[in-house]
Amino acid sequence: MGKTMNLTLKVWRQKNAQSKGRLETYELQGVDADASFLEMLDILNTQLEKRGEEPVAFEHDCREGICGSCGAVVNGQAHGPMRETTLCQLHMRHFNDGDTLVIEPWRSRAFPLIKDLVVDRSAFDHVIRAGGYITMRTGSAPDAHAIPVDKEEADVAMDAAQCIGCGACVAACPNGSAMLFVASKVSHLAHLPQGRVEANRRVLNMVAQMDREGFGNCSNHYECEAACPKAISVEHIAKMNREHLRAALKPTGS
Amino acid sequence: MRLDSKVPAGPIEQKWTQHKFEMKLVNPANRRKYTVLVVGTGLAGASAAATLGELGYNVKAFCIQDTPRRAHSIAAQGGINAAKNYQNDGDSIYRLFYDTVKGGDYRSREASVYRLAELSVDIIDQCVAQGVPFAREYGGLLDNRSFGGAQVSRTFYARGQTGQQLLLGAYSALMKEVQNGSVTLYPRREMLELVVVDGRARGIVVRNLLTGAFESHVADAVLLATGGYGNVYYLSTNAKASNATAIWRAHRKGAYFANPCFTQIHPTCIPVHGDYQSKLTLMSESLRNDGRIWVPKDPDDPRHPNEIPEEDRSYYLEETYPAFGNLVPRDVASRKAKDQCDKGRGVGSTRMAVYLDFRDAIERLGRETIEARYGNLFQMYQRIVDEDPFTQPMMIYPAVHYTMGGLWVDYNLMSNLPGLFVAGEANFSDHGANRLGASALMQGLADGYFIVPYTVADYLARVQPDRLDGAHAEFRAAENAVSDRTRRLLSIKGKRTVDEIHRELGLLAWDKIGMSRNRKGLEEALSEIPAIREEFWRNLIVAGENEDLNQSLEKAGRVADFLELAELMAFDALHREESCGGHFREEYQTPEGEAQRNDEQFAYAAAWEHQGDGQAPVLHKEELTFEVVTPTQRSYK
Ligand SMILES: Cc1cc2nc3c(=O)[nH]c(=O)nc-3n(C[C@H](O)[C@H](O)[C@H](O)COP(=O)(O)OP(=O)(O)OC[C@H]3O[C@@H](n4cnc5c(N)ncnc54)[C@H](O)[C@@H]3O)c2cc1C
Ligand code: FES
Repeated sequence: MGKTMNLTLKVWRQKNAQSKGRLETYELQGVDADASFLEMLDILNTQLEKRGEEPVAFEHDCREGICGSCGAVVNGQAHGPMRETTLCQLHMRHFNDGDTLVIEPWRSRAFPLIKDLVVDRSAFDHVIRAGGYITMRTGSAPDAHAIPVDKEEADVAMDAAQCIGCGACVAACPNGSAMLFVASKVSHLAHLPQGRVEANRRVLNMVAQMDREGFGNCSNHYECEAACPKAISVEHIAKMNREHLRAALKPTGS
Repeated sequence: MRLDSKVPAGPIEQKWTQHKFEMKLVNPANRRKYTVLVVGTGLAGASAAATLGELGYNVKAFCIQDTPRRAHSIAAQGGINAAKNYQNDGDSIYRLFYDTVKGGDYRSREASVYRLAELSVDIIDQCVAQGVPFAREYGGLLDNRSFGGAQVSRTFYARGQTGQQLLLGAYSALMKEVQNGSVTLYPRREMLELVVVDGRARGIVVRNLLTGAFESHVADAVLLATGGYGNVYYLSTNAKASNATAIWRAHRKGAYFANPCFTQIHPTCIPVHGDYQSKLTLMSESLRNDGRIWVPKDPDDPRHPNEIPEEDRSYYLEETYPAFGNLVPRDVASRKAKDQCDKGRGVGSTRMAVYLDFRDAIERLGRETIEARYGNLFQMYQRIVDEDPFTQPMMIYPAVHYTMGGLWVDYNLMSNLPGLFVAGEANFSDHGANRLGASALMQGLADGYFIVPYTVADYLARVQPDRLDGAHAEFRAAENAVSDRTRRLLSIKGKRTVDEIHRELGLLAWDKIGMSRNRKGLEEALSEIPAIREEFWRNLIVAGENEDLNQSLEKAGRVADFLELAELMAFDALHREESCGGHFREEYQTPEGEAQRNDEQFAYAAAWEHQGDGQAPVLHKEELTFEVVTPTQRSYK
C-alpha cells in the first residue's frame, strides 16, 4: 500500500552465550514503509526459514510498546532513532530506501546474551524481589478512600511507574548502570503515602541488590533518559539518591 | 457426567459469604506440605500465586515470558470496574451484577456474576494499598470514567495503562512471596501437557524454552491462568505469545471446554493495512466517551472528513440507540460498524473503517483535557497510522479481542477434573456471550486474589499429601508424548512457515467464525480446517533444533493446537442456533437486525468433552436459571 524500500541489514548472530557472534549481512527488498520494525524482521525471518536457515531470535510480545519484551540497538541507538519509541512501535517510514541498518543486542555485563538479539534481563527481577513492593496481605487493605493522595504526587508516581522494564536505559548507559530502572520503582513508591513505613529498607535493599547484579555506576551521562521509551526523567534518580541518603543515615532496621 | 455448578443455596447476596464459612480450611502448619502449580502469571495467575504464597502453600509459578511482568495483561488500557459508587451516580453491587448479566446477553451464571460484583470493591482497596497509582481528583480521591454498556461511571484507571499498573501490583506481590521463599518462579517455561493420575490433576510437563528440556512438576492441585485464545484468528489485539495450548492440552485430558464460539470483537481498533501485518492495535473503548462515530451519508463522498458538514454525516449509533449512543456494548458497536462497511459506507483506502471523531469534544472541553484523557492513545494512533487525531478523525474497525469461552468451571473455579482450577480469561465464567469493557481485569483479580485461594484450600483440605513423584508412569508417558510431538514438528521439513499457515487459519476463522456466522459458512469451516491441519503436519517448516531457544518451534506447537480448537469453535457455533452477544448467527435476528436469543432451547453453557481425534465432541449442558434477573431482549435504545 505505502511506499516500499530496500535495505541492507547487518544483524548480530550468535548461537548461544558460549559461541562467538558476528554481524551477518542480509539484503531485504520491498519492505512496506508502514510496516513496523519487528514486522520488517518477520519478513527477514520468513525468507530465512524458507531457505532452511534459522530465523533471527528476538524478543517481542505485545507489539504495542508496553510489555518491555522487545529491544535492540539499531545503528548504535537503543530502540532505534525515534525518541520515546520502543522497537515494536518504530515504523519503517522513518528510514530511507537504501539504508544500512546495524542491529545488535543490548550489551551489558548484567544482561548475558542468550541468542542473537535475546539477552537475559532477570537481574531486573532480582532487584524488584529485593524490595520493590509494599508489604501487605491480600484482603487486609482499608477502603481505597481512607488515605487521600495528593493528585500531583500521584501523577509523579504514575510518571515513574510507567517503566516497562525493557532495559534500554542499561544498554544506552556507557557504564551499564541500572539507576533509572531502580529509581523508577523507588520513586513511584516514594511519592505515595502507602508503604512509607518501609521506605528505608526498600531503597537500601534494592540498591544493594542492584550492585550485586553487576550493573555499573551512574556518572550522570543521562543517556538513560534519552533512550527510555517512556521518557522517564532522571529526576527520579535524584529522588532515589535522596531516599537512599536518608535511609543510610538512619540506624539500621528502621 | 452431570454438570454440577455447585452454586450454594440461599439468597444471592449471601451465597458467597455463607460458602466461605462452609468451606474447609487447611491448618497453617500443614500448608507447606501441599504444592500448588500456578500456570500463567498475568493478573489472574500472579494474584493467585501471591495470595496462595502468603497463606503458606508451596507454590510454583510458570510463565512463557522471561518475567511475570510481561504477561499479556500488561496491555490492558482502559480500566477496571468496581461498584464503589464513589461518584454517587446510583451504582451498586446489584447494578454492576445486573449490567454484567444483561451485557452478557443472559448466558452467564447469575451466582458467579453476583460474587464478581461483590468482590469488585475489595479489588480497588487491595490495589490502592499495593501502591497502584490510579488517577485521582484534586481532592485526593479516586477518579472514574464510563465504559460501554453502563450508564454509571464506575471504571477506575491509571492513564491509558491500567493493565500495566494492576499487573505490576500483582507482580510486586508475587515477587514479595518469591523473596519470602513461598513461591518459586519458573519463567521461560511452557506447559505442554497436563498430568492426570487416578482422575485427579496432579501435575504438568513443561518445556524449558532455553534448553528444550522437558520437566515434570508434581502437585496436589493445578491452577491454569493462561489467558484467552483470540490468537486463533492470527490477527487480534492479543500479545503474540497468547495461546490456547495449556487449556487445550487439559481439554484433551478430559477437561470440558465451554462456549468456545463466544469470542469478542472489539469495535475500536486500528484497521488492517497490509498482509505483512502481525497484530492489530486496540484503541481503548474509553475513547467512545468523547469520540463520536460516523460515516459519510454518501458512500462516494470524495471530501476529506473535516470538510464533510454535519448534515452529510451519519452518526449511526447515536441515531439508532439514543439512550446509549456511542456507548452501546461492544458486540453491538462492532456489528454496526461491519453493517456500515458491508453497505459500502466504509471509509479509508480499504473501505473497511469508520470515523471516530473528537472534533466536538475538543471544542467543548479543550485540547488539553482531551490530551490528558487520551494523550497516549492518540500518540499510539499517530505512530501507527501517521495521522493526527487532534486534527482529523481516527479511522477504526473491529478486531478480535477477547474470548468469553474457556474451560468449564464450577462455582469454585474448579473444572470437571478434580484438582484442576482455571482462572482469568482461560475459564468460561462470568461474561456470558459478551464481556463488558473493564470487566476482564476485574474478573482476573477477583478470581486470583479472592476466590481461588479459598476454594483451592477447600479442595486441598479434602486430599492427603502423598509421595507421588515425577517417576510415576503418567509423568513418564506425558514427557514422552511431548517429546515425540516436538520431534515430529521438527522433522516435517516442508515448505511453509508457521506464520503462513497460521494466517490462512486466521483468515478462514475471521470469515466464517467471526463477527457474524451462518450455517453454510460454519459447515465450510468444518471441512476446511481439517484440510489446513493436514497441510500443517505435512508441509510445515521449522528450522533449528529442540535443545535451544527456538521461537519457531514454540509457535508451531501453539498453532497446532489452534488448528484443533478452531474446529471446536465452528462446531459450537453451528450447534448454537440462536444469536446472543458476540455470537451472531445471521439466521437468527430481529427485524431490526439485533441478536435474537432462543432462551427456550439455548439457555445453557455448552461444555464439550473431547472424544479423541476425528471424533465429534460430546455436549454437556449447564442449564442457566435466572432467579434474580429476568432475561429480556437486550435494549440499548
Ligand atoms: C489490548 C487489550 C486491552 C485490554 N484492555 C482491557 C481493559 O481496559 N479492561 C479490562 O478489564 N480488560 C481489558 N482487556 C482484557 C484483559 O487484559 C485480559 O482479559 C486479561 O488481562 C487476561 O488476564 P489473564 O491473567 O487471564 O491472562 P494473561 O494476562 O493473558 O496471562 C497469561 C499468562 O499465562 C502464561 N501462559 C500462557 N500459556 C502458557 C503455557 N502453555 N505455559 C506456561 N505459561 C503460559 C503467559 O506467559 C502469561 O503469564 C484488554 C485486552 C487487550 C488485548
Ligand atoms: S513487544 Fe512489547 S514493548 Fe515491544
